[in-house]
Amino acid sequence: MEDRKRRGHPMKYNWNWGVFWEASPEGTGTYGELLIAGLGWTIVTALCAWILALAIGTTVGVMRTLPSKWANILAACWVELFRNIPILVQLFVWFYVVPELLPKAWGTAIKQMPNAAFVTAVVGLGFATSARVAEQVRAGIQSLPAGQAMAASALGLTLPQAYRHVLLPRAFRVVLPPLTSEFLNLIKNTSVGLTIGLLELTARARSMQEYSAQVFEAFTAATLLYLLLNVVVVSAVRALERRVAIPGQVGT
Amino acid sequence: MGGFDFDVIQRSLPYLFYEGMAFTLQLTLIATLGGVALGTVLALMRLSGQGALAGFANAYTTLFRSLPLVLVIFWCYFLLPYIGAWLTGADRPIKVGAFNSTVITFTLFEAAFFAEIMRAGIQSIPRGQAAAGYALGLTYSQVMGRIVLPQAFRNMLPVLLTQTIVLFQDTSLVYVISLTDFLGAASKIAQRDGRLVEMYVFAALVYFVISFALSQLVRTLQARFAVKR
Repeated sequence: MEDRKRRGHPMKYNWNWGVFWEASPEGTGTYGELLIAGLGWTIVTALCAWILALAIGTTVGVMRTLPSKWANILAACWVELFRNIPILVQLFVWFYVVPELLPKAWGTAIKQMPNAAFVTAVVGLGFATSARVAEQVRAGIQSLPAGQAMAASALGLTLPQAYRHVLLPRAFRVVLPPLTSEFLNLIKNTSVGLTIGLLELTARARSMQEYSAQVFEAFTAATLLYLLLNVVVVSAVRALERRVAIPGQVGT
Repeated sequence: MGGFDFDVIQRSLPYLFYEGMAFTLQLTLIATLGGVALGTVLALMRLSGQGALAGFANAYTTLFRSLPLVLVIFWCYFLLPYIGAWLTGADRPIKVGAFNSTVITFTLFEAAFFAEIMRAGIQSIPRGQAAAGYALGLTYSQVMGRIVLPQAFRNMLPVLLTQTIVLFQDTSLVYVISLTDFLGAASKIAQRDGRLVEMYVFAALVYFVISFALSQLVRTLQARFAVKR
């Protein structure tokens, strides 16, 4: 009956905003809950990948500023490798290629993990983002006056101590705004995870569209949730910026 | 699994490049040109000082910069047939065609990023230059077309090209609507022949070589075209 009505007026899209309160065929709740669960996976994936990206990116960024040629070259290669391959291709390499190259038992174990898509997305996005974080950290360290490092060593700090107590705390404050946009990019990039089966927000909107045929409601809801997430992250970083500002510095 | 099979790559080279890479490069080129054109218009609107125009341009760039490209690709894929029908007065959603659909998607999406670059470029030109142009009796379009925009393009050329490399990499996302771009072609061979390792490693290598070469080129250009001050 419903079908025939649709065929009679093919141009007329049947809006149904109530669809979010209808049960989804996955049997776990309503369509609205389906999308919220997707938002949760988007956030968790982005946060885990961000921790990985910050850890690796800081290490690589510091390596690029060390007085060692080999550390510089190695770090530069890292950045170029992960910056010049599309994220989707990187995810496919982690998902389909890496398990095959490992010893057989490891590869099988990885493929049989119940949340392989999630782990792969975290590793893939984390490594890809680490290259961008590394460039920001390097720029931040290099933006500091050379006198800072000299003063640190004149005070008798070792090189690791100088980075830990003088250079990095200042560099991170300098690059907080660009790091924020990298984090926002990372949140958006989690949607690429749907290609390997990660059930994040865009994937949920897509599957809601397939089950319910309410394509525009599903995508409108996903759009609003992404916008909301953006606003929340930006306000949180503003608060963080105020908290870590060094009193008396311009613009902080 | 067996050894690494170079033969499957060699056999599929014509398909990968003449079908896949041709699509990827065409999409990159057209979307870059369209994106820069639309982005420049948006930047001019943003800087026009007219409340409504500036507000629209601001909302446009903020919206597209907040959304994942994958979601925008899905939006356009489903919405364009309806918009097309509405524009042409057809009584049912029209077929837009995969290539046209993705060209429109990428142009609209990347325009938001090019707009921010062009805005920075236009703002880097001292106000006095535009003022001097108006004092000489030039119109708005003459001031923009002959004085401000040529310099803005020149200053922003490295950034525009870097964004083009990003766009080139982004085109791989058309995979989500099953198009045969370079990655799509590689993936189809990989699935058909069960050679995922070979095809995805090869795809990564090709993307890397092209992006890396282009970024080195940008670096050279940057040194050569930098305006001496």
